Amino acid sequence: MWKRDEPGKPSTPAGPGAGSQPASTPLAAEAAPTSKMVNEPQRGQERTAVNIGKSVVIKGELNGSEDLTVEGQVEGKIELRQSVLTIGPNGRIKAQVFAKSVIILGEVTGNVTASEKVDIRDNGSVDGDITSPRVAIAEGAHFRGSIDMQKGSVKSETKSEKTTDKSAASSTTTASTAPAAASSPATAGANR
Amino acid sequence: MLSDLLRWGGKRPGQPDAPGPGEAAAPRGGEPVVPSKAFPKFLAAIATQPAPPLLLDFGPVIGPNVSFFGEQLGCKLFIEDLFADYDRHARGGTLEALPATIASRFRHAEASVDGVLCWDFFDFLQKPAAQALAKEIVRMVRPGGAVMGFFCTSSVPSAPFTKYEIVDDKSLRHRPHAGIGGARQALQNRDIIKMFDGLVVSDSFLLKNNTREILLKRRS
Repeated sequence: MWKRDEPGKPSTPAGPGAGSQPASTPLAAEAAPTSKMVNEPQRGQERTAVNIGKSVVIKGELNGSEDLTVEGQVEGKIELRQSVLTIGPNGRIKAQVFAKSVIILGEVTGNVTASEKVDIRDNGSVDGDITSPRVAIAEGAHFRGSIDMQKGSVKSETKSEKTTDKSAASSTTTASTAPAAASSPATAGANR
Repeated sequence: MLSDLLRWGGKRPGQPDAPGPGEAAAPRGGEPVVPSKAFPKFLAAIATQPAPPLLLDFGPVIGPNVSFFGEQLGCKLFIEDLFADYDRHARGGTLEALPATIASRFRHAEASVDGVLCWDFFDFLQKPAAQALAKEIVRMVRPGGAVMGFFCTSSVPSAPFTKYEIVDDKSLRHRPHAGIGGARQALQNRDIIKMFDGLVVSDSFLLKNNTREILLKRRS
């Protein structure tokens, strides 16, 4: 009686459980063969969530300003500074991650930086260093690395990251974007 | 319906009581909450450090502990989980290699660490491993930094590991750890003082459960 169709409602599932579906968005469909993607929001478009399905493998750099759920594999770098990144239970990430908030239910090897919060849920796994003002780790989650919760540490890290980006402007190949810590968990531990 | 609710005092039969403010410190399923004398002093020592502190935690990762240190100290926390290292060596039958592992494990610079939470890890170490770890701690702790350790008073041939969950700044919840555990060695006070040559014992408490809580500091 009170229900009616909302024309602007996104059709893509946003939740972590949505990842079991194959990739249906243009981003996910094109993801596999590309090494770098920039996802600009269209004018007037609502804030939507994008889903990378579990059969999708991305090697390279992911930039964007929409919320993203990863159920597939990503190697390289993920940068969603204004958005929420969800690593679904099937997600396997070997990358440096920068986002507003990161929710981890799958596996991440590499450093994670969030300006708001990092949330490692039950069965989620992180091998790498976390930088965020708020960190939540559930019982049953795996974590190996350091946690930097200093106020302002995210900003300073962002600055240094930008400087590094300038000096290596064209480094978007898989080999160059893969973080040192992501190459092997043992190295991640040894670097600490 | 409303009259029923009023008769029950707004609570249905079988419905648990709402947690009160002090209830967080209550035992949970056989996991005792034990007051700690050294922990508040450890926190106080860390809080006096001028820069945001850098802490090493030798225990496994525990969500509430991470949240606690983030909220209370806004620090940089390194989860070292030496219990996992011990476990790996014990299961592989290579415990004699543990001192070498410890000696080469830490990459922190000299005098760069503000606080070390050893928990009761030293109890499970043989003398060479304990000395190697103490040497590394002394190297890493900066002036004014603090080290907190729990030491048993009598040796036990086999004991499980314990996870220490911070309930508040004065009490810890003792929780079972899934690790293999091992023999606990009771270190004499003089052995502890000798091992941590370069640090001074700032506070020592004997708890009712016969645990010695010892706080060591490096003089500023």
